[in-house]
Amino acid sequence: MDIHELTPLVEALIFAADGPIKVERMAEALDLEQAEICAAIEALEADYEEHPRGFFMQEVSGGYQLRTRPEYADYLRKLGQSRPFKFSRPALESLSIIAYRQPVTRSEIEYLRGVDSGSVVKTLLEKRLIRILGKKDVPGKPMIYGTTKEFLELFGLSDLSSLPTLREFSDLVPEEENGEFMASMPLLVEEGDVE
Amino acid sequence: MDNYAIQLENFEGPLDLLLHLIKKNEMDVYDIPMAEITRQYLSILDAMKSLNLDMAGEFLLMAATLLHIKSKMLLPKIVEDELEEEEDDPRAELVRRLLEYQKYKEVSLTLESKPQLGRDLFARVSAEPEVLENAEAGFVSVGLFDLVEALKGVMKESSEPLVHQVDMEHLSVTDRINAILSQLQGQESIAFTDLFTGGLKRSEVIVTFLALLELVKLRMVRFMQNVRYGSIWVFPAVAIEESEELDLGDDSLGYS
Repeated sequence: MDIHELTPLVEALIFAADGPIKVERMAEALDLEQAEICAAIEALEADYEEHPRGFFMQEVSGGYQLRTRPEYADYLRKLGQSRPFKFSRPALESLSIIAYRQPVTRSEIEYLRGVDSGSVVKTLLEKRLIRILGKKDVPGKPMIYGTTKEFLELFGLSDLSSLPTLREFSDLVPEEENGEFMASMPLLVEEGDVE
Repeated sequence: MDNYAIQLENFEGPLDLLLHLIKKNEMDVYDIPMAEITRQYLSILDAMKSLNLDMAGEFLLMAATLLHIKSKMLLPKIVEDELEEEEDDPRAELVRRLLEYQKYKEVSLTLESKPQLGRDLFARVSAEPEVLENAEAGFVSVGLFDLVEALKGVMKESSEPLVHQVDMEHLSVTDRINAILSQLQGQESIAFTDLFTGGLKRSEVIVTFLALLELVKLRMVRFMQNVRYGSIWVFPAVAIEESEELDLGDDSLGYS
């Protein structure tokens, strides 16, 4: 099939799909090579760039989806079919820990955050942003958690490797001190006013 | 003692509060002055007139940890340990936790600022999934969490009034298994919730659920959903013969 014929066809598939659609799936449906589909997707992206629409194509959760442009968010929210889910800080922190450290148990999350995280984990499960991956083979057989497809879709991530890079603790500490962890420790011992 | 206008509620936890104190005092996180930070930390706890008990536990645990570290540092060091100085720093674990926590705290804000579906970006809302009802190809197998949710659903409907009544009744999982099998006979599938109709008592609900679990274990039925998080359907996994009765004693299943 000619690329000029194929491009609108691929656009139709992406438009009609129920959620992000994978290249493999489109190739299968059209009985074509994946490379041809990819070429059509590139052509579409180029086209959207040249002639901007109200939507753009986002690579998300291993597939492609048409989504409205972020600058129209305010207007679309007024349309208001559903109220967006507002994250609390505990929920975001826990979700980040799960996203980066999965598979992870609740006690590992709690150790990292220093606070009980049971109810937050429950909320995230209910929101389908995380799921139970199984049980860890340690005493007590705690559940282990990981993120879901919905998590990727919500944040527009194509896969877990596209999570923002974890930054090391740099804003508090001058770089050169990293090496000498203990240099001045003995100085501290003198002030011993335990209350 | 300095008077900090700090609300404990504003902090996600003790680590968050410590990070705040370190930043505020421009302390070096790799060389935390324990005496000073412990003093400030305790003064904040003191200033709290009313403590949310759940929260206080975690903050108090940290206070104890701080004091523990501080007292450890007061003890004279054993000479031969000097080579492993770094590992011996009583603060090392706390510092590591603070650094880890800071990393995730920061990245969670980055994540939050990303355009979110349903908040900043909107996708076409797909047509009613119910249309696909008959397409078995679209079925996915049911996960544990969905199954538990479904049980919670039927349990809610069969909540019992609080009446004390002692009543001997023999509920057999085996009987229920056979009942389910005969219900499934000649059917392509049964809705999960249809097995729980007719005002079942709580105990009957449980027996039915156990029977279903046993059937799955015996690979006689499969649980499927046609959409993720959709309603659960029970499919016979083998052709059920008219006369087939499972000869299972409750004992062999481990119930009595």
